[in-house]
Amino acid sequence: MSAHDRHGPLVRHEQVHISDDSPWRRLPGMFAVIGAAGLVAGFLMMGRDPAKFWSSYLTAVMWGMALGLGGLWYVLVQHAARAGWSVVVRRIAENMALALPVMALLLLPIVFMGAHDLFHWTEVEHHDEVLAAKAPYLNEGSFRMRTIIYLVVWSALALGFWNWSTKQDTAANPSENAHKMRFWAPIGIIAFGVSLTFGAFDFLMSLDPHWFSTIFGIYYFAGCVSITASTIALTVILLHRSGYLRGVVTAEHFHDLGKMMFAFSVFWGYIGFSQFFLIWYASIPEETYWYSYRGHGDWLTLSLILVFTRFVLPFVGIMSRKIKRNPRTLAFWCVWIIVAEFLDMYWLVQPALAHRHGSEHIRPDLFDITTLAGVAGVFLAVFTWGLTKNALVPMKDPRLEESLNHENF
Amino acid sequence: MAKRPKTYGLLAEYENSADLYHACERVRDAGYAAWDAHTPFPVHGLEKAMGLRPSIVPWIVCVMGFSGAALGFALQYWASTIAYPLIISAKPYNSYPAFVPVTFELGILLGSFGAVFGMFGLNKLPQLYHSLFNSSRFPRFSDDRFFISIEARDPKYDPERTRRLLESTGATAVEEVED
Repeated sequence: MSAHDRHGPLVRHEQVHISDDSPWRRLPGMFAVIGAAGLVAGFLMMGRDPAKFWSSYLTAVMWGMALGLGGLWYVLVQHAARAGWSVVVRRIAENMALALPVMALLLLPIVFMGAHDLFHWTEVEHHDEVLAAKAPYLNEGSFRMRTIIYLVVWSALALGFWNWSTKQDTAANPSENAHKMRFWAPIGIIAFGVSLTFGAFDFLMSLDPHWFSTIFGIYYFAGCVSITASTIALTVILLHRSGYLRGVVTAEHFHDLGKMMFAFSVFWGYIGFSQFFLIWYASIPEETYWYSYRGHGDWLTLSLILVFTRFVLPFVGIMSRKIKRNPRTLAFWCVWIIVAEFLDMYWLVQPALAHRHGSEHIRPDLFDITTLAGVAGVFLAVFTWGLTKNALVPMKDPRLEESLNHENF
Repeated sequence: MAKRPKTYGLLAEYENSADLYHACERVRDAGYAAWDAHTPFPVHGLEKAMGLRPSIVPWIVCVMGFSGAALGFALQYWASTIAYPLIISAKPYNSYPAFVPVTFELGILLGSFGAVFGMFGLNKLPQLYHSLFNSSRFPRFSDDRFFISIEARDPKYDPERTRRLLESTGATAVEEVED
């Protein structure tokens, strides 16, 4: 259907507003209960095994952070690139970014309560020359300070863009908001890139403070993007089933989201291999041991599973145009990638704890489930609240019509 | 003795892409096989109006890409374990992680050769002579006109009936092109 065939408003009100009697309205409350229950149960049982609890908690929070950070990146980059195709799905990414400040708040318990169980560089009484040399960066005072800065930067960007975009729906002069967002997007991308890189260093890489990899931030970022495209596509597929966004988000948009899922699965493989390859080639003990204990015992199995779930199978699976355009097959790969991102976080966090105890075994624990339920519940509560609060697309975006008529060659 | 020129087929000219689009649907539905559309720019959805099947280029790329990767790996394996085994930084002869970049690059190289030359081959390019250029109207296909050509070798082709079909689709001109 071309633009000329259309009369009246671009999208009808009931296509993009979740109705008052819709089951979607009950989701925020439901997820809030699940999230609170998961977190409270976890914190209450923490005394059983604090180190394991904090490892599980960090795994879950970094997974939730990937959703929030990815949503923020998605919003920023679409504005910076003046993208037309993505306007109809951008509001969903904005709502994912809305959960980012809450996810960042969940980092605070790690910094103020769990740091000694997770990061052994926080021990004051260590006799370690490497850590002594790294102390100007790796010390608790500056760690707390940096976390506060991340929290402020991420909250300002996420809430700022969410606010401008939702206010635009009723604004008398919508192009003013469009210009504001376009102006701040490139600046936001720089702030985002720096804060994400150092955040990944602080919360994931410093679990093993002797080890370092300059590409580590990008590794985490690659996961953020693929999980974000997956979550957007999956949300739209579910909204379609409830009768929303039909005819607004089409197979053309699924195709493009699928391309992002494919591209960033390959990108993850590329970055992951580059990191491994240089360390393997140079063969310097300070660097190789991080891979060494991930290459023994149960962790070797998990490493191999990760290579296949995160890169090889999605590469073959999402390549075809037909699979990307069919909501059923696309939904399968969306769920796949969201789970694979959690596996990746597990692989980054948990071997460090096992290694410290000289163990080569994966130790599944109730904490892994309660913390994941807690973080996922909190994220989904905020995310679905955002979906029900406003229109599902930016109603007055100047490029809405272009996006509605988007077609792939 | 001058030979009587043979006919290549019929060429119909259209003013705009919408006319061409609907004309293509009619020609497709009439069951012609040896025909083509010529436009100055890509027209959205024209492949559907023409009833074109998906290209087989992706499969050529797939075969070429995997052969390239296999070739790249085999080359390095042969060189470093059979032809010239050297121990480099205490690593085994068959240090397959080191072979990944070249394997990957050769996969890409042969895959893209497959894409470019496969496309040329399927389009029968390069062609130094094409009968359609015997028409004085035809060069405007790269400027501001839209064309449909139906070849005489098509089993459904009939000089009179095909001409009537094209004229009924809103063509501004229909002419016979010499081979």
